[in-house]
Amino acid sequence: MSSGHLRPPLPGDRVSRRKTEPIVGMPVPRKEGRDKVTGRAQYIDDITLPGMLYGATVRSTVARGKIKKVTFAPNFPWQEFVIVSARDIPGANCVALIADDQPCLADGAVNHPEEPILLLAHANPHVLPKAIAAIAIEYQRLPAIFTMEESELGEEIIWGRDNTFKTYTIEKGDVDSLWAKADFVVKGEYTTGAQEQLYIENNGMIASFDRQCGITVWGSMQCPYYVHKALMKLFHLAEDKVRVVQTETGGAFGGKEEYPSMIACHAALLAMKSGKPVKIVYDRSEDMAATTKRHPSRTRHRTAVTREGKILGGEIEFVVDGGAYTTLSPVVLSRGTIHAAGPYFWPNIRIRARAVATNTPPHGAFRGFGAPQSLFAMERHMDRIAGTIGVSPVEIRRRNFLKPGQTTATEQTIHESIDLDKLLDRALALSKYDVRKRRFQQENQNSTRKKGIGLATFLHGAGFTGSGERSLSSLVGVEGRIDGKVRVLVSSTEFGQGTKTVLCQIAAEVLGLPYDSVEIAEADTEQVPNSGPTVASRTVMIVGKLVQSAALGIRQTLLASNDLRDSYSPAEFKAACAQYIAEHGDLKSFSRYEPPPNIFWDDEKYRGEAYAAYAWAIYIAEVTVDLTTYAASVDDFVALQEVGKVLHPVLARGQIVGGVAQGIGFALYEKVSWRDGRMQNAQMTNYIMPTSADLPLIRVYFEELGNQHGAFGAKGIGELPIDGPAPAVVNAVADALGMQFDSIPLLAEGIFEAVTSRSKKEEDARVLGVVR
Amino acid sequence: MRTPAGLCEISLTVNGKKKTVRTHAMERLLDVLRHHLGLTGAKEGCGEGECGSCSVLMNGQVVTSCLVPALQAQDATITTIEGLEADSQLHPLQRTFLECGGAQCGICTPGLIMAAVHLLNSHSRPTLEEIKEALAGNLCRCTGYTQICEAVAQAARDDHGK
Repeated sequence: MSSGHLRPPLPGDRVSRRKTEPIVGMPVPRKEGRDKVTGRAQYIDDITLPGMLYGATVRSTVARGKIKKVTFAPNFPWQEFVIVSARDIPGANCVALIADDQPCLADGAVNHPEEPILLLAHANPHVLPKAIAAIAIEYQRLPAIFTMEESELGEEIIWGRDNTFKTYTIEKGDVDSLWAKADFVVKGEYTTGAQEQLYIENNGMIASFDRQCGITVWGSMQCPYYVHKALMKLFHLAEDKVRVVQTETGGAFGGKEEYPSMIACHAALLAMKSGKPVKIVYDRSEDMAATTKRHPSRTRHRTAVTREGKILGGEIEFVVDGGAYTTLSPVVLSRGTIHAAGPYFWPNIRIRARAVATNTPPHGAFRGFGAPQSLFAMERHMDRIAGTIGVSPVEIRRRNFLKPGQTTATEQTIHESIDLDKLLDRALALSKYDVRKRRFQQENQNSTRKKGIGLATFLHGAGFTGSGERSLSSLVGVEGRIDGKVRVLVSSTEFGQGTKTVLCQIAAEVLGLPYDSVEIAEADTEQVPNSGPTVASRTVMIVGKLVQSAALGIRQTLLASNDLRDSYSPAEFKAACAQYIAEHGDLKSFSRYEPPPNIFWDDEKYRGEAYAAYAWAIYIAEVTVDLTTYAASVDDFVALQEVGKVLHPVLARGQIVGGVAQGIGFALYEKVSWRDGRMQNAQMTNYIMPTSADLPLIRVYFEELGNQHGAFGAKGIGELPIDGPAPAVVNAVADALGMQFDSIPLLAEGIFEAVTSRSKKEEDARVLGVVR
Repeated sequence: MRTPAGLCEISLTVNGKKKTVRTHAMERLLDVLRHHLGLTGAKEGCGEGECGSCSVLMNGQVVTSCLVPALQAQDATITTIEGLEADSQLHPLQRTFLECGGAQCGICTPGLIMAAVHLLNSHSRPTLEEIKEALAGNLCRCTGYTQICEAVAQAARDDHGK
């Protein structure tokens, strides 16, 4: 990649900007918005290439076994089909990611239902299901395990030496001596289920292969360079022989972080063998059954508390079900582990975490990435502690909030001036918490519609954990063009969040140019540097900061070359770009991630600065449980958060509302039914996500404290809003019914069972009492 | 009308233009629009009428085009998202979806806008509950619906302000 020879900006550089209207903080139009509301936006299934074939995947129907025999039915026109097996893979048969243990195509053995075994392609997509049905695969079945408990028991080892992908231990202070000193020791066990990302655009890819140029893949994805890396390894090709282009992506939420690499590899194998472009687009059932979901989890808390409600310390055991292969489980586990202690001060704490293997399709990235699971447990447990010692849910949190100067579980000192007490005060006022709580208690006595109110207080770290950003070493470019337009060069992708819009706002603001003068390059690995994956709430904060710095580089280059004065109009900027490009060939400025100074992180002990910044939030949910149907519904929802700086009010609010809706789904609606490791309800008909009729208008409020590590003071907000809704909602259901609920999803059936079994117990107790 | 290859000729009016396609009788209207007529604005999210991404107007009613056989669309008048713009001016709902943040990833947007067009055609001043009810057949995973409801309410208000 060519580059103008630019020096990086130095702290003493004088930067003045023309007085223009601010762009950052304003609701500018979404860059690709017009294409989306007119139907012109081209998603992968909207694209057809000449001569293109359609691909399909033959998958395992058993959870674990050896493949004994593959039989192709006689009297079927197999000569019309392109057929690919593991033997056709030129390089390493794996989907390159962390451990490289997941095969691209099963070779002799399968470890979960839906594991890809063979690939087929044909010019007519309608014949593919018949062809799949005409292939019989015989297995020698092996014993399979489907629960975390079976995996931990270790009677059947399905992965590695002990079914364990990864473990972490965080240890602060002295936990073992606490139990004797505590007035109360409160224990709880909390579980969360798998959750499907349910982006409305199913996964899909088109690949083409050319002996000279190599592979080109277009498709729906979050991380073009992950796909690039996987293709290089599978085909044993050089970097410049693989090109990956993101097409308009219809939602992702983590669900298009790792699995798109698999589909790209499949499409490319078929393209190589057939010599034609091949499209693979999953239908909804295949997408739901075969691709990743949120990790199911189990968290056990044991907490030492004083009579006054002060936490002395505790133990947390956090376990996630990773499915059959490593994929991203170690990283999901990491985030869940660090967030397990919530926004509280623990003088002593031990957190032990592990990701275990089962014979289900691998679980993977989903917005929040482990944190929604461990924070659900933490926030339910806070209510349990409150109930045990007899203080209110509000008070137990106040007495334990982290304060500036205190340290987190990883012994990271909080330097931000966050005041959670004040944040809580505001949220309580916005939700009229006290008034409503009292009113509900009175009204519930004579009603079969029980109302409750619950809260969750939490934090979410932005960017990769610990040394992660240092390892990514992201690179971002900004280009000044001869027509005076500026192009942002990043591999960071747009899939609804507003990446394109916000990164252009940042560059426009730095350069003092109109928003319309800045555009963003297509996420094409041939055109853009690797700015890292679009995950982990890192785009605005980390990539945005790099865009800010690279844009500053353009400005300083033009100032230093005397092509531009301190203050300039867009026309003068255009003239300066043209002059510079005429002399030097092009005008590009690159900025690479540098870790902030004095950052300490110990990967072995899991100690130190886990994240450069945290966003903080208080969510309050009001629910009704109808004791005729036993269904719970959310009537009001207040989402208050401190996010550093809101760069775009409409988009930021959209992130919060959308995350809250998914979180409500996680709590009350979305249940994956499993049988022998296979999803039984892989349809929108029987996997239920909230509709417009199920949700209240979500009330969103921001506070802005700034953040020196983020663009214009921004922190990451993409994942934050999915951490709080589930515990807030379940705490509200618990409040409404006066009972504990420790597992989600909490569907009507679950509430029915709990309420009726309580009624039975009460009846039994009454009868026994009479007899005595 | 049957043709020798077992195909039918289906005539329909799409976005004001008369079209004739040769297709199987049971081909989905969604595929007729997307594959035969190149109108890819209607999307397939589920193929079973649950998500509403393929919503179009058929004789003034909102339908999930993945559940409509081509034969049923004979002589029908169809409006798709591509038919809403007039003289490259956005339809009021397209504009308010943009302004209010009603479109994020955009995949459900064409279907949602068509459902909203149908609502405003029959209720010019819908209440919030009517908006939620009318859009409940269209799933959106990004927005949580709040800003979509606001976009529809805004379009209704703008229309009355004229």
